[in-house]
Amino acid sequence: MSNQNRIYKGGRIDRDQAINFKFNGKEYIGYQGDTLASALLANDVHLIGRSFKYHRPRGILTSGSEEPNALVQLGLGARTEPNMRATEIEIYEGLEASSQNCWPSVNFDIGSINNFLSRVFPAGFYYKTFMWPPSLWLFYEHFIRKAAGLGVAPTAKNPDRYEQKFHYCDILVVGAGASGLMSALAAGRSGCDVLLIDEKHEPGGYLRNISAKIDNLNSNDWTNEILKELESYENVTILNRTAVMGYYDYNYLTALQKVTNHLPYLSDKMPRERYWRIRAKKVILAQGAFERPLVFSGNDRPGIMLASAARTYLNQFGVLPGKSVILFTNNDHAYGTAIDFANKGAKVTIVDNREDIPSELSDRCNKVKIKIYPSHSIINTQGYQKVKKVEIQKVDQDNNELTGSLREIECDLVLMSGGWNPSVQLFSQSRGKLEYHSKLNSFIPKDLIKNQKVVGCNNGDFNLLEVLKNSYQAGLDFATELGKSANKSLEIETAFEDLEFTEAKVEPYMIGKKKVTHGSKHFVDFQHDVTAADIFLAQREGYISVEHTKRYTTTGMGTDQGKTSNVNALALMSHIHDKPVDNIGHTTFRPPYSPQTIGAIAGRNVDHLFDPERKTAIHQWHVDNGAEFEDVGQWKRPHYFPQKNENIHDAVNRECRAVRNSLGILDASTLGKIDLQGPDVAKFLNLIYTNAWSKLEIGSCRYGLMCNEHGMVFDDGVTTRISENRYHMTTTTGGAARVMSWLEEFLQTEWLDMEVFCTSVTEQWTVLSISGPNSREFLSSLTDIDISKEAFPFMKMKEGKVCGIDARIFRISFTGELSFEINVPSRYGLFVWNEFMKHGKKYDITPYGTESMHVLRAEKGFIIVGQDTDGSVTPKDINMDWIVSKKKEDFLGKRSFSRSDTRRTDRKQLVGLLVNDKKTVLPEGSYVVDEAKPRPPMDMIGHVSSSYYSPTCDHPIALALIKNGLNRMGDVVKIPLMSGKVIDATITDSIFYDKEGARNNE
Amino acid sequence: MFVIKCPYCGERDQTEFSCHGEAHIARPENPETLTDEEWGEYLFIRSNKKGIHYERWTHDHGCRRWFNVMRDTVSDEILATYKMGEEKPKS
Ligand SMILES: [Zn+2]
Repeated sequence: MSNQNRIYKGGRIDRDQAINFKFNGKEYIGYQGDTLASALLANDVHLIGRSFKYHRPRGILTSGSEEPNALVQLGLGARTEPNMRATEIEIYEGLEASSQNCWPSVNFDIGSINNFLSRVFPAGFYYKTFMWPPSLWLFYEHFIRKAAGLGVAPTAKNPDRYEQKFHYCDILVVGAGASGLMSALAAGRSGCDVLLIDEKHEPGGYLRNISAKIDNLNSNDWTNEILKELESYENVTILNRTAVMGYYDYNYLTALQKVTNHLPYLSDKMPRERYWRIRAKKVILAQGAFERPLVFSGNDRPGIMLASAARTYLNQFGVLPGKSVILFTNNDHAYGTAIDFANKGAKVTIVDNREDIPSELSDRCNKVKIKIYPSHSIINTQGYQKVKKVEIQKVDQDNNELTGSLREIECDLVLMSGGWNPSVQLFSQSRGKLEYHSKLNSFIPKDLIKNQKVVGCNNGDFNLLEVLKNSYQAGLDFATELGKSANKSLEIETAFEDLEFTEAKVEPYMIGKKKVTHGSKHFVDFQHDVTAADIFLAQREGYISVEHTKRYTTTGMGTDQGKTSNVNALALMSHIHDKPVDNIGHTTFRPPYSPQTIGAIAGRNVDHLFDPERKTAIHQWHVDNGAEFEDVGQWKRPHYFPQKNENIHDAVNRECRAVRNSLGILDASTLGKIDLQGPDVAKFLNLIYTNAWSKLEIGSCRYGLMCNEHGMVFDDGVTTRISENRYHMTTTTGGAARVMSWLEEFLQTEWLDMEVFCTSVTEQWTVLSISGPNSREFLSSLTDIDISKEAFPFMKMKEGKVCGIDARIFRISFTGELSFEINVPSRYGLFVWNEFMKHGKKYDITPYGTESMHVLRAEKGFIIVGQDTDGSVTPKDINMDWIVSKKKEDFLGKRSFSRSDTRRTDRKQLVGLLVNDKKTVLPEGSYVVDEAKPRPPMDMIGHVSSSYYSPTCDHPIALALIKNGLNRMGDVVKIPLMSGKVIDATITDSIFYDKEGARNNE
Repeated sequence: MFVIKCPYCGERDQTEFSCHGEAHIARPENPETLTDEEWGEYLFIRSNKKGIHYERWTHDHGCRRWFNVMRDTVSDEILATYKMGEEKPKS
């Protein structure tokens, strides 16, 4: 039988449009307009999944985003999504969903043994169990991870597209129920740019589910009228299926729009979801309220749901989820649901824990044959996969005790209503302060932040006419503040709900709490299986602060963020400590408001758009010639150029030998380059670098170290004087942006009177570094510049033509060989490179990558800032005191060199290391010790910063920072490896090749 | 997330800016004449105010200019922005 719980007419579903879907492999039929929850209830499916900890059978508690129980695995393959709320999923043809957290099936689940073992899973179980020894953490982690999720993550890459949108508006209205519609209407009529957002598939909210009359129209028809008017305004944008997730400073909000999730086929033209980043001049929160469950033993069985949810299923979806219904309530409002159910033919019994029921209510109940048990409480329920019986008992209000005899009532549906909690999550995220309203027994907004209003039930106001009027006024007030006004006033004369929610006098959590014992099942947090007993236990064990109770019991920490559980937990704590809830406080609400996909947050910033890639002008040549690439910051740099079957070592050895013996070429375009101009550049450089710059001649280059104010090395490079007031600075590849900011910082904040202008020209120049004994002979045939040894000495720069292109040639070297760095405008870079490769054949010109560059410079003992230094190293520590001016009165870092710590003589210092076995290439980062012990801890005296096999020396070489190293030449130290092996090495000078520097002066 | 009024470009999103800590800590004129303690004060000691705080920001993804911001660290409200070299506004 299909749709056996569906009533013949009514609701907002289209009975002419049947939709086929599968749940746990079984086929069902629902209708257009159904959610998965309503369609399953229509087919009398109440058992949806198993609970988190105890694997108890669970059904559908709510009808919206606050659902803690009915979480399903939705979809298949790469698109499967875990923990989706059945109450929010709109069904579409071919939908497939299944239960979670059960094996082998939801009907027979082995994990449910935890239910009987609940005495061993008390609050704080993980904290108590997974503590010691630390060596077992890998084992614990495995267990925790397995227990930590309900559904299954997809294993393939998500094929969908997610988009982001930035939006600016005058007024953002969150929630399109009675109050939100009114605020949006007033703002819309005033001509403000309005964005109205609602998480449901159509606006209207609660007005769709209740019996209310507004000016003689029923609430549904009235809502449609308002919507029609709103839709006619070009200045009003309405977003359905969109949840506001985060509310940050200055009215910055994020929202997740489900664009095509509800469609059977995902369109390739439309994104699956769109993430909105909204900046609103004014925000009106109109999110309404959540109904609160009651806490009693066995309140979690399938077939037990919130009264308002049941009313929604009945009135919006035409589903009667049960025919023999018990309503357990502490307020008048829920009687409306009971009467609706009775009118549709259900047998309804009301269990009301209040003594005095208003006579108007009991009269109306009598008319539809509803029996009422005043002063009664449900104290237990029965039924395994679905509720079938409740046990009720009389309550002595004065003593809060159960009296009289136990009575059992058979049923197939239990509705509960403990009052309403205003949806204060977003308000609280925005830093709004909450206060406890003792009559509502819930938290309501107290102090608003700037440019914000909260209206309707969200503000704790439940009278329909007042809500409509006040919300409209809120929209008008904001419009006025924005200098706009409405040409129409609100015409509503009358508006009333059949039964209004006024106040709930009763404690929200439970009666009969004396029955709460260790292991009893009064659920407070359904999703995390937190019971009243757990809250009691946390208090007994001293986790009394609300934040501690939350973490210890994990109440409110599920994907539902405790929307149904938080207030009950707080009320329970208030009872235990006999303090008002106000004094208990509440936990902080944080984004996101409800679970959201990471895909939407990432948007289009995935794959190659995740991070920009920077490529030099020569990049395509590198690709075409088989380069293996290395990421240096955002740059793609050739790491090495393997030929045929070469591995990295073969390739690097070949490349290095080519440089030492004939001619190598490096694409050095990634070096940071800054053009400095102005009359004060020399003065400025004197303060920025440690050495002196005043006497640098035009056409000369100088190497410089930059230190920060702590005296620590921060970047290095060569700066060249191009003309009287123009200098060309180079920086490390990774430090380019940092150096640029550093220069600007001092020019803009300290030395405002200096006339220096800095321009980044990194990408304007292609830099080809040719290096090797044949480099001069090779280059001389391609340039009109006299590059003879006499005419063009080391550390000079000349301008002229190279391959017919205007170029700057710098006679500087990072390999120790005779080298020239040819700078040409980037647009000619590839042309010149190709010319070089063509004309260089004669010298077997060999392109080399960053790995060979590292080896070659290490053979010469040249440092790499950031590798051989780490922000705690002074020039003296790297044996470069020679570059620190003793004459200059001031430069950045100078004063710190004389601080007691930087002055110490036993600081870590950069030295060379040669392994005694002549073959082990030490791993970079290895610790250096004097005495190796069988296991850590050992006294560390330093670490290996650079380490390579040197083809030139034919043995491994390393640089290391070692305590007092410069005074320990010849000492043997130990390097314990991860494998347990200990390597002996001897401290040496850090220059391994051509100590005199003869080769680059050739 | 703040909306920050760059004194050169106008109101922009916080993502375009970065913060560089407390403002109005001038680099000493003659560092060599300072005691270790005085130099340490300049390097390390910051007021870490609860309340009105003056701090340096840059408009990185805009004009790249440095400027000062007066912010209430309790409410996180930016009360004023002003150019380098200008007097700090009274709180
Ligand atoms: Zn700017």
